[in-house]
Amino acid sequence: MSFVIGGKTISSRLFVGTGKLPNYEIIRDIIKEAQIDVVTVAVRRANKNGIRENILDYIPKETVIMVNTSGARDHREAVKIALIGRELTNSNWIKVEIEADTKYLLPDNEETIKACEILVKEGFEVFPYISPDLVVAKKLEDIGVSAVMPLGSPIGTNKGIVAKELLKAIINEIKIPVIVDAGIGRPSHAAEAMELGAEACLINTAIATAKDPVKMAKAFKMAIDSGRMAFEIGILKEKEYADASSPLTGFLRGV
Amino acid sequence: MFNLEEMSKLYEENIKEPTKDEAIDILSKEDLSDVDFIKLLNCDDLDVLEMAAREARRITEAYFGKNIFLYIPLYISNYCSSGCIYCGYSCLNKIERRRLSLDEVEEEMRAIKKKGFNSILLLTGEDDTKEGFEYLKSALKIAKRFFPEILIETGPLTFEGYRELVEEGLVGVTLYQETYDLNTYEAVHLIGRKRDFYRRLNAIEEAIRSGVREINIGCLLGLSTDFKRDVFLTIMHGKYLLKKYPKIELSISFPRIRPFEGMNFCYTKVDDLQFVKFIVYTRLLLKNIGINISTREGKELRDNLIGLGVTKMSAESRTGVGGYARDNPSPKQFEISDDRTVDEILLSIKSKGYNAEFTNWVMI
Repeated sequence: MSFVIGGKTISSRLFVGTGKLPNYEIIRDIIKEAQIDVVTVAVRRANKNGIRENILDYIPKETVIMVNTSGARDHREAVKIALIGRELTNSNWIKVEIEADTKYLLPDNEETIKACEILVKEGFEVFPYISPDLVVAKKLEDIGVSAVMPLGSPIGTNKGIVAKELLKAIINEIKIPVIVDAGIGRPSHAAEAMELGAEACLINTAIATAKDPVKMAKAFKMAIDSGRMAFEIGILKEKEYADASSPLTGFLRGV
Repeated sequence: MFNLEEMSKLYEENIKEPTKDEAIDILSKEDLSDVDFIKLLNCDDLDVLEMAAREARRITEAYFGKNIFLYIPLYISNYCSSGCIYCGYSCLNKIERRRLSLDEVEEEMRAIKKKGFNSILLLTGEDDTKEGFEYLKSALKIAKRFFPEILIETGPLTFEGYRELVEEGLVGVTLYQETYDLNTYEAVHLIGRKRDFYRRLNAIEEAIRSGVREINIGCLLGLSTDFKRDVFLTIMHGKYLLKKYPKIELSISFPRIRPFEGMNFCYTKVDDLQFVKFIVYTRLLLKNIGINISTREGKELRDNLIGLGVTKMSAESRTGVGGYARDNPSPKQFEISDDRTVDEILLSIKSKGYNAEFTNWVMI
């Protein structure tokens, strides 16, 4: 079930955020136990000039680091943070996150597009975090980003896929991968996103703040794999009425 | 501009202790109204507080994860031109005045860096001289060599003043209004420019407009006899700032008055129950603002508040000028309560299942 994204072949469709965990040691266990290939790291945590723990020391070399620009207020800051992040982590994968709203933490799609234009030219594999807006997703596809990451619901809310139709529109209409990011609170939400055809899910809060983050990561992994498998087989349509196994009007056709 | 009068009126009109059922109904709402907040501030029921504390923990973890950010203050000068009766640095207080030399500033910063901090809060008295500003700017330039995140807590500056410092790497400003009660404000600020209530209130917005990204506001609990009203108005001030400037990172502090050498005034005692209430109910109203707790508070209370809404803690603070590179007998702005080392505090945070963070920003 491996797939190609950002120029790499990835097996795990569960991407994990590292910013809310109770300690850094647990990152290793999550990566190992839930077989994670991609983790996100905020640039401000990838600190190399101090005596305190550096999150990068807890991430195995073969794990892909997606650097996150969280904290950026506009495209200029996002670009600067991305450049610093690349230098600190040697990773070319950048999650562009520019928040414009402090209550719902919704992304600033306009500034995000501007940042992506610059970062694609700078040679990054760019993964923009956006509100589920098809027009924005199309513009980003044209710019040449590696995937789009629409939110399921606002960060930290655990509400799942609140704008299912908008997410479906993006998945159906663009060719680049769609990674559902933010708001996924339980494995069934992640399975739902995968059944719709998302390429992967990025989970942070629901794993990090669980009583047992390692086990919860495994639970999400299973749900994501199940959802993907079902999508690949082809999900049956929901129907209002039961289907009789033998045709009821067969007699008209001589059955 | 923040409409203090309108918000004060809203408070006056709604001060009424809610029934227990009413309070529980409020807790079941996803979003609290300002009136709900007033009601909770006036509810002392411990069962209600317990229910609210659980929700405060859930919300805090959802937005901030299992993290407590640690910071450290460095007082670089105690020169002050204002006379405020609650402060050890008041110009009316006859103490030895000191300003660290720039070499000493660097030495102190090296010592702080060695302790593992990546963020620094530079403090001075309300020194509004040109010389005081240039000195602060020089200290900030030194700080930039060591810390990706630099905040200041000084008297209010002008837009141009903040702008100059932002260009040098200033990230955050702490500016407490102290009290939102005009009569109390006038009574406790005897002389100097700090007497100008509105200059201080507006300076926060000057800082934001100049490009400062992190803002910390607060009221000094115990100055006004009606401290609940002060808490309400602080939060309303914060809410107003967030609405007007949605990209700022806002934090709130509720420092309680602490004794200092030469202290000579009576203040209103604010007990732990009230203090905890303010933190928990603030979290329910403003879900993703930072909430600060300094070493003014004792270690037990600080430890107990981890996970109940608090997101930032100062650690190993010295409240005299300097004091990290070498012991400094300089008079303190106030006496601290939690005198543990940063490593002791770190262990305590870990034992609660939380992660201590030392970097909140990257210098760009």
